Amino acid sequence: MKIVVPVKRVVDYNIKPRVKADNSGVDTQGVKMSMNPFDEIAVEEAVRLREKGVASEIVVVTIGVAEAQPVLRTAMAMGADRGILVQTTADLEPLAVAKLLKTIVDRENPGLVIMGKQAIDDDMNATGQILAARLNWPQGTFASSVAVEDGRITVVREADGGLETVRLALPAVVTTDLRLNEPRYATMPNIMKAKKKPLETIAAETLGVDITPRLETVKVVEPPVRQAGIRVSSVAELVGKLRDEAKVI
Amino acid sequence: MTTLVLIEAEGATIKKASLSAVAAARAFGNVDVLLIGAHGAQEAAKIEGITRVLHADSTPHLAECIAALIADRASDYDHIVSAATAYGKNTLPRVAGLLDVQPITEVVEIIDADTFVRPIYAGSALSTVRSRDTIKVLTVRNASFDAAKLGDNSAPVEVISAAVEVPDAEYVGIELTHSDRPELESARVVISGGRGLKDAANFKLLEPVADKLGAAIGASRAAVDAGFAPNEMQVGQTGKIVAPELYIAVGLSGAIQHLAGMKDSRVIVAINMDPEAPIFSVADYGLVGDLFEVLPQLKAELGA
Repeated sequence: MKIVVPVKRVVDYNIKPRVKADNSGVDTQGVKMSMNPFDEIAVEEAVRLREKGVASEIVVVTIGVAEAQPVLRTAMAMGADRGILVQTTADLEPLAVAKLLKTIVDRENPGLVIMGKQAIDDDMNATGQILAARLNWPQGTFASSVAVEDGRITVVREADGGLETVRLALPAVVTTDLRLNEPRYATMPNIMKAKKKPLETIAAETLGVDITPRLETVKVVEPPVRQAGIRVSSVAELVGKLRDEAKVI
Repeated sequence: MTTLVLIEAEGATIKKASLSAVAAARAFGNVDVLLIGAHGAQEAAKIEGITRVLHADSTPHLAECIAALIADRASDYDHIVSAATAYGKNTLPRVAGLLDVQPITEVVEIIDADTFVRPIYAGSALSTVRSRDTIKVLTVRNASFDAAKLGDNSAPVEVISAAVEVPDAEYVGIELTHSDRPELESARVVISGGRGLKDAANFKLLEPVADKLGAAIGASRAAVDAGFAPNEMQVGQTGKIVAPELYIAVGLSGAIQHLAGMKDSRVIVAINMDPEAPIFSVADYGLVGDLFEVLPQLKAELGA
């Protein structure tokens, strides 16, 4: 079975984003970029499925600028077999991303798409669900464990009150939650090997997809800052303040 | 202008997050609610301000089925809304995909029928977006909207079913984490622990204090990642968003992604060994100290 893993290049998890002075967005110029952490979990799960003999080939796909190639190389250093860059300089929303991904999925014909549940930049948590809808495939979102057996995938999901289990016919779309696995670090020999793995570039405009944005960004601002209060010196003082001043207990 | 709100029931009780979604949706005009599953329709009919209850009593709790059902009726509506719970976040983007609409998730403020505010970058920025889609598909943060009340409304209940083909998916079941405590999202008091608690056994030290205060127990992402607490207890950008009257943060540093989940609480208390911990910058009352000494004292003081 082939697995397609879409990955996104985002502002590194450890960087505090800064809003641009003209309030048009978040400044990404000269900022360290990395693979979206939830997508690393997706790559790791795909590699584990191949190690178990469930998957035979792992194809990683990203959509974006030429500078997104290192993200594909990282995924290949973790164990993916080849990469596809759908190249565009356009700002893409999840709907457009899902439509572009669908063209790749139609071409690659995988048994499973596994991807992060959300990107840590726009925090939309939507691309996997939209892709599943447009493929008319079942979806297992927010996965904390997956098992493939007899052409079906059992997905344990992080639901509101606990863990929910669904069983889906393949092909299906799975999105990853934090507890699914802990991604491996790429070793130096694997990083070297990844440089030789095939990486195909496709111009987004050749895929015949309308990627016109549906949302207009009116403004992006910093959230109001909450002011720090006071320090108390003892538990007794704290309880006194909560009782008499804040009147909350 | 009519809005469809996908609501959730737990047993026969309508979830508070859904009542907040209804309240948010009333900004657009008339509201129909859609309830999936056997129970809760009579209770749903009492929600103030709604016009109609659509009750899909035999539809399974699968995004595939619910999204197909909603998409089938979407032409009757100009907004489709749910709470930004795991249930809503699973389902509504799929609806948007079927309708060829860009969903707008985790909305914290409604400016007008087309314009919405939502946090990005784990709450480090607030983005105002205007939608060009004919039908708007939204999930809303319950902490940002008051809940609609259950009143003496008796909206008509219409039983509906889906005559649509859906992909092959089967709902196996849910293993609920049993708790006698209030739900995180609706609790008046929340006490959360972080990595400072050191292990899963120590996490139980929060319980006596929570018992005294009738509080729900939460956890930071670091504590969840370290295996101290289950994921459904996670408060933060990738977990639950809460805004209780009182939030007590114990042994957690206050990473931006945690603050995104609790900074709208009315009163915040921070208890941490590290006087430089970022959590103190948002706390109304900060106590620098060893939580292993503070927690028993706190229990004792509250017992007085």
